[in-house]
Amino acid sequence: MNNFERNAAGRLVPTEVNGRKSVPFAGIGGHRPTGRKAAPTIATCLDYPEDGDKRAKSISEALKKVGLKDGMVISSHHHLRNGDLVANAVFDAAADMGIKDLMWFPSASFPVHANQLQHLESGVIHHIEGSMNGPLGAYCSEGKMRGLGVLRSHGGRWQAIQDGEVHIDVAVIAAPTADPFGNATGDRGPAGCGLLGFALADSIYADKVIVVTDNLVSFPCVPWQIQGNNVDIVVEVPSIGDPAKIVSGTTRVTQSPDRLRIAELAARFCADTGIMKPGFSFQAGAGGTTLAFAIYLRDLMRSAGVTARFARGGSNQYMTAMLEEGLIDYILDGQTFDLEGVRSMHEDPRHINTSPFTSYNFHGKGNFASMVDVAVLGATEVDLGFNGNVVTHSDGRLLHGVGGWQNCLASKCAMLLVPSFRDRIPVIVDEVTTVCGPGELIDVVVTERGIAINPRRRDLLDAVAGSDLPIKPIEELKAELDRICGVPGKVKKTEDPVAVVKWVDGTIIDTVWRVR
Amino acid sequence: MTETMIVAATAGPAGDRPRSDLKVTYQPGSEALSVDVSSKVDYLYGEAINAAVKRVVEAFNVGTGELVIDDGGAVEWVILARVETCLRRAGFDGAAVLPKAAPNAGATTSRDRLRRSRLYVPGNQPKLMQSAGLYGADGIILDLEDSVPPAEKDGARILVRNALIAMDWGSSERMVRVNQGSAGIADLEEIGPHNPHVVLLPKIEAPAQVKQAAACLEVAGKGHEIFLMPILESPLGIHRAFEIAADEPSVAALTLGLEDLSAELGAPRTEEGVESFLARQTTVYAARAAGVQPIASVYSDIADEEGLAAYIVRERGLGFDGIGCIHPRQIPIVHREMTPTEAQVERAIRIVAAAREAEKRGLGAVALGTKMVDPPVVKQAFRTVELAISGGVLASDWQPEDA
Repeated sequence: MNNFERNAAGRLVPTEVNGRKSVPFAGIGGHRPTGRKAAPTIATCLDYPEDGDKRAKSISEALKKVGLKDGMVISSHHHLRNGDLVANAVFDAAADMGIKDLMWFPSASFPVHANQLQHLESGVIHHIEGSMNGPLGAYCSEGKMRGLGVLRSHGGRWQAIQDGEVHIDVAVIAAPTADPFGNATGDRGPAGCGLLGFALADSIYADKVIVVTDNLVSFPCVPWQIQGNNVDIVVEVPSIGDPAKIVSGTTRVTQSPDRLRIAELAARFCADTGIMKPGFSFQAGAGGTTLAFAIYLRDLMRSAGVTARFARGGSNQYMTAMLEEGLIDYILDGQTFDLEGVRSMHEDPRHINTSPFTSYNFHGKGNFASMVDVAVLGATEVDLGFNGNVVTHSDGRLLHGVGGWQNCLASKCAMLLVPSFRDRIPVIVDEVTTVCGPGELIDVVVTERGIAINPRRRDLLDAVAGSDLPIKPIEELKAELDRICGVPGKVKKTEDPVAVVKWVDGTIIDTVWRVR
Repeated sequence: MTETMIVAATAGPAGDRPRSDLKVTYQPGSEALSVDVSSKVDYLYGEAINAAVKRVVEAFNVGTGELVIDDGGAVEWVILARVETCLRRAGFDGAAVLPKAAPNAGATTSRDRLRRSRLYVPGNQPKLMQSAGLYGADGIILDLEDSVPPAEKDGARILVRNALIAMDWGSSERMVRVNQGSAGIADLEEIGPHNPHVVLLPKIEAPAQVKQAAACLEVAGKGHEIFLMPILESPLGIHRAFEIAADEPSVAALTLGLEDLSAELGAPRTEEGVESFLARQTTVYAARAAGVQPIASVYSDIADEEGLAAYIVRERGLGFDGIGCIHPRQIPIVHREMTPTEAQVERAIRIVAAAREAEKRGLGAVALGTKMVDPPVVKQAFRTVELAISGGVLASDWQPEDA
């Protein structure tokens, strides 16, 4: 049986996770690991072909060559998003080999990965440490997975790899273009996805690295994003992914009047507070609302004659158009969401590919996230203490991964852009179902019914004094929802943990419980 | 007298678990009533939903059969409306269970209120109603006419009645567009008691139609003043525009519907609107002559913001005071384009200041320097100042020296 401890966020968390002792969240900045970083086994070039040709005929041959065994950890990456064919093929091959009890360590999972359910059922996969949604989320939420799920941010995944919390035995990297030596890139090829930053840590720290590509070019593949010197084996397959599901042809801005209003209020907030000043920086994702935010911000920047030094985030056609118009000096891209983004990254030297190491890493000597002036994010719930939830639905079911969400909270102004309720389900609640982000770091909540500023941010409250923005205490927004939706009943939690949510430093911030 | 037959019935959108709405099905039977509620939000609102359903069932004395609710997260006033609709369709009768009133349900209006923008919201889509009050439209029109299919008229009528009570209308004027003919009378009777500010009457061709609606509202509204906005949508209506606007004192505004008018004219609607020029001019002249507001038709391409802006400039130039909106994003554009220019504001506040000065001194005529200003110009200047304040280009506590 698990032992539990109440952490600094007031949440009950297990003291041991999947056989390893864990550290409860100790408050922001309360945990500082020491010692030396983890490292892969020492390799020698003597073991690799002098002609640089590391090709194996198939994924199963590659898995045999790297010595895949029961109980190992296999990692994969989500650059190909819902078009990914590789992660499924790897576990199908492992199943054929009769391997059991693997831990899957994806940087994120998508609906296409429902394929892994059969491998969880049959015992090929023991458990997953990574985001789980859709059918995988339901499987975990219902308590069917053998181990505990572990949800980490993109930065937290680097942290876990670097401080040795997770040791990757075999990393499989799906690469849109690669050479036989293993140099690989995502910015071109039929399955072009932009960048491969999520696979970077794995390529450096895993014992064995397999590159799988459907666009093999002669050595050298330049420029490369993954260095062939870290790669053991290269496999050529007919297709690594369905391009239509990897990046969208065009990113769509929301048409919902409510979401447009939220986006516009958020952009005006940046202008009225003076956050939007010459040389500022912002982070915006590819969700419909955050896309619309970038467009409203663009218009405000144009009319104020303000340019940004850099923009972080998922790149898309609107951001690249701002780069080309001269409204942004640089895009520091962590993930590319549409074909224009891929093209821009390939052609424009001011469109830089980054990784969670540069942007988010806890064990780096600083990172970009805390330098960003404003980051706009979504959430499933936010409570009166400004704590945010991004992983579970209000019934407790796993719904989303953490992604870069926790890491972006480090920005100078972290804003949650959320509808105040969705189909009668209040988004502003007394207490979030799962704490993913502590209230100290969430500065502003923007809803269609008004903007709530965290009382800890006296400076922001002062900055909007006299503005005609609908600024309200969060309690007032909550009271409006109680009137519109009715006062919600309390959801009773079970006492069986199914997953834990890590904070960016590797401590456990909250537990996800089995749903009834 | 024959007993009403009880039959199977449904209410709410087709398809399973409609978002922010619900589907209600009643099946008659001889067994004691069974109520089966399944909801997307049962873990939060299961008890509340069951209690709401029970209240309606009791008010309608439903003792037998089977009632099935499939809820996709509807709020209570929608649940009450859908259950009531289903039971009425099944042949039951009873007193409506009305929702709890919103805090501003008793808001009042005035005849000459600014009506620059009016947002049309379909009367059978509760999801779109929830936030309608947030967009700052001068008016919101819950539409029972063209946006509601014939088979849904009864359900929409009940839904709009509940929306008048429980929906958050923000600072917008509370408007309803009713149907023509007997369905329209039923609409007026249902909504009349619940504080509609303005009722839009479609396809008006004779003053008698307006009188009839006014008489009906006089009863239903229990003497509460409800303004009317007739819509002219046919050559005959245009021809009789003045009498329609002038004969009934509760008419506060006059508008026209260009889609139907173009169809009857046999002249397709063009961007320039040459075919409707006379109709639009006539509407403005008739409204001004009758002392009511002339209000322009809607602009139907929501993606074309430049087209909308040009349309507003043109309609405003003809003398119209307001524009119909079919998407909230049109509202700020309407307000922007309806806002007078700096030069117009400057001139207007000089005139208003002079008029106040003249009043203070007990003078009948208003003078600007050595020039006399005619009363209609003074009236227009007051209007310009009001538009400038609403459009955010003039402080509400402006001083004459701001000119």
